[in-house]
Amino acid sequence: MSSKPTYTVALTGLNAIDSPGPGMGVIRCLRNAESFDVRIIGLSYESLEPCIYMHDLVNKTYQIPFPSAGIDALYHRLSYIFSKEKVDVLIPNFDAELFNFIKLSERLEKEHSIKTILPSPEQFESRQKTNLYYYGLQHGIKVPYSKVIFSAADLSSIEKEFSFPVVVKGKYYDAKIAYQTEQIWQYFYKISNQWGLPIIIQQYIQGNEVNVCGLGDGHGNLIGAVPMRKLYITDKGKAWAGVTLNDDKLISITEAFVRSAKWKGPFEMEFVKTIQDEYYLLEINPRFPAWCFLTAGCGQNQPEALVNLAMNKQVVPFKSYQAGKMFIRYSSDLIVDISEFEKINTLGEL
Amino acid sequence: MKLKRSIAISDSGFLFNPITGDSFSLNPTATEILRLFQQGASESDVISFIQENYIVDKNTAEKDLQDFRDQLMHYKLIE
Repeated sequence: MSSKPTYTVALTGLNAIDSPGPGMGVIRCLRNAESFDVRIIGLSYESLEPCIYMHDLVNKTYQIPFPSAGIDALYHRLSYIFSKEKVDVLIPNFDAELFNFIKLSERLEKEHSIKTILPSPEQFESRQKTNLYYYGLQHGIKVPYSKVIFSAADLSSIEKEFSFPVVVKGKYYDAKIAYQTEQIWQYFYKISNQWGLPIIIQQYIQGNEVNVCGLGDGHGNLIGAVPMRKLYITDKGKAWAGVTLNDDKLISITEAFVRSAKWKGPFEMEFVKTIQDEYYLLEINPRFPAWCFLTAGCGQNQPEALVNLAMNKQVVPFKSYQAGKMFIRYSSDLIVDISEFEKINTLGEL
Repeated sequence: MKLKRSIAISDSGFLFNPITGDSFSLNPTATEILRLFQQGASESDVISFIQENYIVDKNTAEKDLQDFRDQLMHYKLIE
């Protein structure tokens, strides 16, 4: 009989689709954990999120309300779920839902003993794309010069402040490169119609995109960090293959950031590395990325470390990882009986 | 010419740069040349090796090695 503890972990991000949520990667890391066994409770938003039906990965799934329904609706649904399931750790995996989960985290711990490892509301807010330029200045990281645009009228001054090309970015998602003024207008309307205002105009930096998946303990210690370069990018801008890098400079930048910001929780930092070997920070995502299973594959099972941190177990920061480990994503068809689809649709759980 | 320390070359001629994530497929001649540089050979050692093993005059060997060197510089594979 195993002497390892069994933890129940609830998580979101079950949409293993062409623009995948991180849930499946996190689950696979946890299923590969050496220090504990795990029972997975999936929290889904839509009834066709593939992981709902992957019973070898997810033990039970409950639907939860969309973030736009508000904190109270989420709290009531989670209270119901946690009255049915004795959950130890909760790992939210979507940018758009994080604010609600961060706000609820203390209450969930107090009332249901649910542990989380999440950034503070201030950390979460200050690394938003709209604040990133100043956040980078504050923590000594180069960020391409950016300007936040709240209305079309603000676009008139852009040509004086930027040279082409520029990147037009949505607050949460989407980014387009504009080579002339007309394109800025075009992308401004396209992105703001889809994702709302504000829009960010950012100096374009030529180079290779390199990302870091990491975990901070909230006291300034970097528990783990794995740099990865995307080798194949889909038309949605998502990595379909990538390789771990041996990049000491990038690790030092990450370490300095976590120390300075006292970052708590998982994160993905997206950088551009120029031909002069300079690094510019493009984004900080306050969650594990979809490719986080690569961290387990190269010797740093960061989701396992997160659960151990949450459970107040001693976690020794990772000192190394294997460079040259690749991930290659694939798609596959699940065969599912319609009765399962019916259950998640009508009962909201499966 | 000194190859960057972290660069790995497999027997099949696959070169991986773990700092940038770039990978390259080398032909047998390039594999032999880079192996020699990894073992500490000088450029004149390599030119002698090429002349001994291939039907090529010294000027052509020097020029080809220079071209190869430029490519390695371009891909940031040498220090």
